[in-house]
Amino acid sequence: MPAPRILILRAPGSNCDGETQFAFERAGGIAERAHINRLREQPALLHDYQVLVVPGGFTFGDDVGAGKILANQLVHFLGDALRQFRDAGKLILGVCNGFQALLKAGLILPPDDAGPLATLTFNTSARFEDRWIHLQAQGDKCPFLKGYERWEVPVAHGEGNFRCREGAILQKLEQNQQIVLRYVDSAGNVGPYPVNPNGSQGDVAGVCDATGRVLGLMPHPERHVLPTQHPQWTRRGLAPEGDGLRLFRNAVQFFQ
Amino acid sequence: MLWEVEIHLKGQDAERKRISAEFDLLTHTKKGNSLIHKATRGYLLDGPTLQRGHIDRLIQELLVDPLVETSLVSQLPEPRGGSHHGTATLRARFEMATVLLKPGVMDPVAQSVLDAARNLQVPLQEAHTFRRYFIPPFALEQTTYFPGEKEDSLKEQLYRVLANEAIERIVEGAITPKDLSSAKPYQFERVTVPIRDLDDAELEKLSQGGQLSLSLAEMRTIQAHYKTLGREPTDIELETIAQTWSEHCSHKTLKGQIDFQGRRIDNLLKETIFGATQEIRKRLGADDWCVSVFEDNAGVVKFTDRYHACFKVETHNHPSAIEPYGGANTGLGGVIRDPLGTGLGATPICNTDVFCFAAPDTLPQQLPPGVLHPAKIMRGVVSGVRDYGNRIGIPTINGAVCFDERYLANPLVYCGTIGLIPVDRMRKEPKAGDHIVALGGRTGRDGIHGATFSSVQLTAESEKVSGGAVQIGNAITQKKLLDVLLQARERGLYHAVTDCGAGGFSSAVGEMGAELGATVALDRAPLKYEGLSYTEIWISEAQERMILAVPPAHWDEFQKLCAGEDVEATIIGTFEQTGKLKLSYQGESVGELDMHFLHDGRPAVLRQATWTAPAQTAATTPPKKEAKTNFTYDLLKILASYNVCSKEWIIRQYDHEVQGGSVIKPLVGVHEDGPGDASVVLPLPCASDGYVGLAVGCGINPHYGDLDPYWMAAAAIDEALRNVVAVGADPRRTALLDNFCWGNTNRPEVLGSLVRAAEACRDTALAFNTPFISGKDSLNNEYRSGDRHIAIPPTLLISALGRVPDVRRCVTMDLKAAGNQLFLVGATRNELGGSHYHLVNGLKGGEVPHVNLEQAPGVFAKLHAAIQQGLIRACHDLSEGGLAVAVAEMAFAGGLGADITDLPKLGPETEEVLLFSESPTRFLVEVTPANAVAFQSSLKDVPLAAIGVTTAEPQVRIAGAGGEWIISAALADLKEAWQKPLKW
Repeated sequence: MPAPRILILRAPGSNCDGETQFAFERAGGIAERAHINRLREQPALLHDYQVLVVPGGFTFGDDVGAGKILANQLVHFLGDALRQFRDAGKLILGVCNGFQALLKAGLILPPDDAGPLATLTFNTSARFEDRWIHLQAQGDKCPFLKGYERWEVPVAHGEGNFRCREGAILQKLEQNQQIVLRYVDSAGNVGPYPVNPNGSQGDVAGVCDATGRVLGLMPHPERHVLPTQHPQWTRRGLAPEGDGLRLFRNAVQFFQ
Repeated sequence: MLWEVEIHLKGQDAERKRISAEFDLLTHTKKGNSLIHKATRGYLLDGPTLQRGHIDRLIQELLVDPLVETSLVSQLPEPRGGSHHGTATLRARFEMATVLLKPGVMDPVAQSVLDAARNLQVPLQEAHTFRRYFIPPFALEQTTYFPGEKEDSLKEQLYRVLANEAIERIVEGAITPKDLSSAKPYQFERVTVPIRDLDDAELEKLSQGGQLSLSLAEMRTIQAHYKTLGREPTDIELETIAQTWSEHCSHKTLKGQIDFQGRRIDNLLKETIFGATQEIRKRLGADDWCVSVFEDNAGVVKFTDRYHACFKVETHNHPSAIEPYGGANTGLGGVIRDPLGTGLGATPICNTDVFCFAAPDTLPQQLPPGVLHPAKIMRGVVSGVRDYGNRIGIPTINGAVCFDERYLANPLVYCGTIGLIPVDRMRKEPKAGDHIVALGGRTGRDGIHGATFSSVQLTAESEKVSGGAVQIGNAITQKKLLDVLLQARERGLYHAVTDCGAGGFSSAVGEMGAELGATVALDRAPLKYEGLSYTEIWISEAQERMILAVPPAHWDEFQKLCAGEDVEATIIGTFEQTGKLKLSYQGESVGELDMHFLHDGRPAVLRQATWTAPAQTAATTPPKKEAKTNFTYDLLKILASYNVCSKEWIIRQYDHEVQGGSVIKPLVGVHEDGPGDASVVLPLPCASDGYVGLAVGCGINPHYGDLDPYWMAAAAIDEALRNVVAVGADPRRTALLDNFCWGNTNRPEVLGSLVRAAEACRDTALAFNTPFISGKDSLNNEYRSGDRHIAIPPTLLISALGRVPDVRRCVTMDLKAAGNQLFLVGATRNELGGSHYHLVNGLKGGEVPHVNLEQAPGVFAKLHAAIQQGLIRACHDLSEGGLAVAVAEMAFAGGLGADITDLPKLGPETEEVLLFSESPTRFLVEVTPANAVAFQSSLKDVPLAAIGVTTAEPQVRIAGAGGEWIISAALADLKEAWQKPLKW
């Protein structure tokens, strides 16, 4: 199989598109960036790609609510195209602001009669924070996370607090193995702030859809691709690669 | 129809908490909690055909997150008795204060709602955001009984916390449509200003009354010019001259003539800083690595084969004093446009920020009239930088915060941006016939007279008079601009670009067309709202705008590219070979200026400068009955001083890792919370070419300037270099930037201290072979009201940009392992003058630290070589607090102990000197036993002493000459002292 093609969807205020492209290229994919206006004009552009990424940033300034305006555009202008993309066995990834947008667009957890199942709201610290955290991968439902156990990446957000409408929803997601990433400490135990950096219910850092092929996560795997990106490499020595690179390689290899 | 949507957050009311904490902080009371019952926010939405169904749709699809928010809708004006169900009780039981932005102030959120509503096909025409507070009745009726002279009512105090009157206003009770009056249309009228027959007093009055901030000599020159022309100037001509000749734009003091105690200086900048760079470039010859210095919007140096690096640091002091959030926000936004406007445009890769404030625990009754509390300023400034940098996606990687009571009325806000520019995109030159294109944000009445405002001192009235100079930025507008500009750069669609900074279009077009000439039709500029006069359009400093010279052949492609990403590009005129600046409005000429007069017609300024060294005083160390034997408490006090303590609260709010280039972060160590010396980036666009990186550091220490500004400047350069060299930068490939923030240089002694500092910059740069590549000055940082006069201490920020040959060799300051040796590199002298040991103990006098200009370059070179050879495990520069603070910081950052047992090896000085002297060019270095010999021989001929070892015990101990511990403290206690003060 030739290397898969990855579309990185840009919108006004996206700002992690460059490093996301870098990560996919390091992983052996062919990554391109496109403005959402291009895709709105021509949703069929998606046919040329196997992976769609909504990268991090502050789309539309996070005015109104983080990722909300982008979510609105995804629903109204690209809803059908995105569902077709997913149903064709392809992969969709949302990182940070991309996760907020995909979740609020209902593309990860489709709403039921009573409305959305979950949201991402303000950190309990009530402020934006950039810090490194440990993640624990769970289950084998999500192809992006194949082979992951415990790994380190940074978070950098003000609205990453995952909240379900009711406790039962979280339980159901757990049963379905859709809670695929949790915040833990270096020993693998869950804990209060700052181990859980934003107060997320159930220490949830990443969620996938029912197929497993649509993943949203708050932490930034694209910021831990090179070993020099780790905050303690001068203490521990340089690793062969950053922990986040595997996620991008998994996506590329899914099609090979 | 006008609708109100009020949104209530379920769960914790963070805004209420913020307001009550701020109120308590500002008044030193515990009342905040009782003054606000609840805080909400919302939108006012207007449109002639806007129906309830539309509003419900907006709420459901856009405005409200039902999992965490609830909303209440009402149509305005409200029918008598109110229609509210949910809030009916709230409104019945509480007073309501709603904070709205003043007309014309940028409201990015409202803008986004308008755009999103269009996508939803909702006929929304106008949107405003608001914040609302419910206040218990009678809570505000008591008058205050605070100590001090303040007579403000509780209500005034609270309102000052709820809103900033520079940009916001408070509506009490229900909102009515007339609270949202919109701008009136502008009636064109050409205005001429009779000037030819004015006498001196009238000329001065005209300059002051019109906020031109021009001197009498300058006004006379303008008068003479128009007498020659045989006509009166128009208002726009006078304004253009005032902008171009302002201190902010022309730096007439630093470039002017100075009589320094009988010695004539023709151009201080040329003879010192710029002169040093020219000399260094000459010495380097074919190896010269400077590309463009002191000419473009940022200084440019060579970096890799494919990219040059550029760097600019600006200040935004006056606006931040009046509206801290907006001032700092647009300060960062403004400096980001400098690299964007350098050459044909550089890609911004990281930001820096340095602030100077009065102590955040300043007593509120000490505040002079019109001055905001330093804690409020600090929170606002930090949030302003955070929101702009994080949203636009440029990491803020380096900075510093300085505290001194003299910054009370004049806080300093320095923001810097570093960019990468492809080596073949340096040359820019507008050509005759090129379109003058305005790109990005629209023009509004924001920021009128910013350039002239920043060139005068602040008063109690500044907030009211100059509120128009304050702006709020919109980072997303600038991100969109950046995205299209860099694509257009790659496609080669324009000949030149520059940013609209101070002076707006007038400066940008004036500068870009200086060699040619330009014609501008001001009515073509897209406006945010109606009502702007042609002069306001011309001098508005509305943010997020750039001016480009686009050849007609590329216009269609350029326009299409911009439209495709919803960025507005408008032709407002043409560059022409006329030597004139011609301005028109609706086809009628409103101004015509000679480019030569505009740029070279300003009369030279001659200023007097004097400097007298303070009488040499011995340190006022109090006489002691017996020798002091324990310094642990002194160390704890210094660690807990605002200048030295942890800035983690600030750093974590900044995204310092976006763009993925981060190699050494601002927080380092085993818990990622230690104070790194400098940050290092390996920009991803360069990552496939190798491991060459950039180190960014800074030096600033106003306390030395009180003793001698010459040595303050030398020490700041030394500190900036220490920081970057400590992490692995090559001192021979390090460029410097200067930012002078001074008081009123019309006072000879203030100007004299500036001359001293500039001369030190020359001497030190020449000694180190480190060229200055860019700089900026901000003068008149003084405040005067009644009998209160506060001038800032002379404050020089030196920023350093160092090339790191191989980022894999970088070193951090945290101790790495027990059993390693600790070496002190550099000589320790009796230099406690201006030190933190003196500061925390209330001592004065003493010798200010001197940089040994002969020895220091060798120290840097050899230390760098040792880092390159991989001989060093940890390295930390010695700065505020000297050796004792450096040991403590390295230890708690690494989670390891240190025993310093050979202090006497450092020389015959007293223990307090050896522990706390701030002699420059010193480093504390951790070396493994296996590398100790190699390290020592690598640092041959450099003052070097093995003074101790690292240990697994969680404590820091330093032994005196007699072998007894003169400092002994647990790591946890040291770290707690250091982290506590700003753990907000």
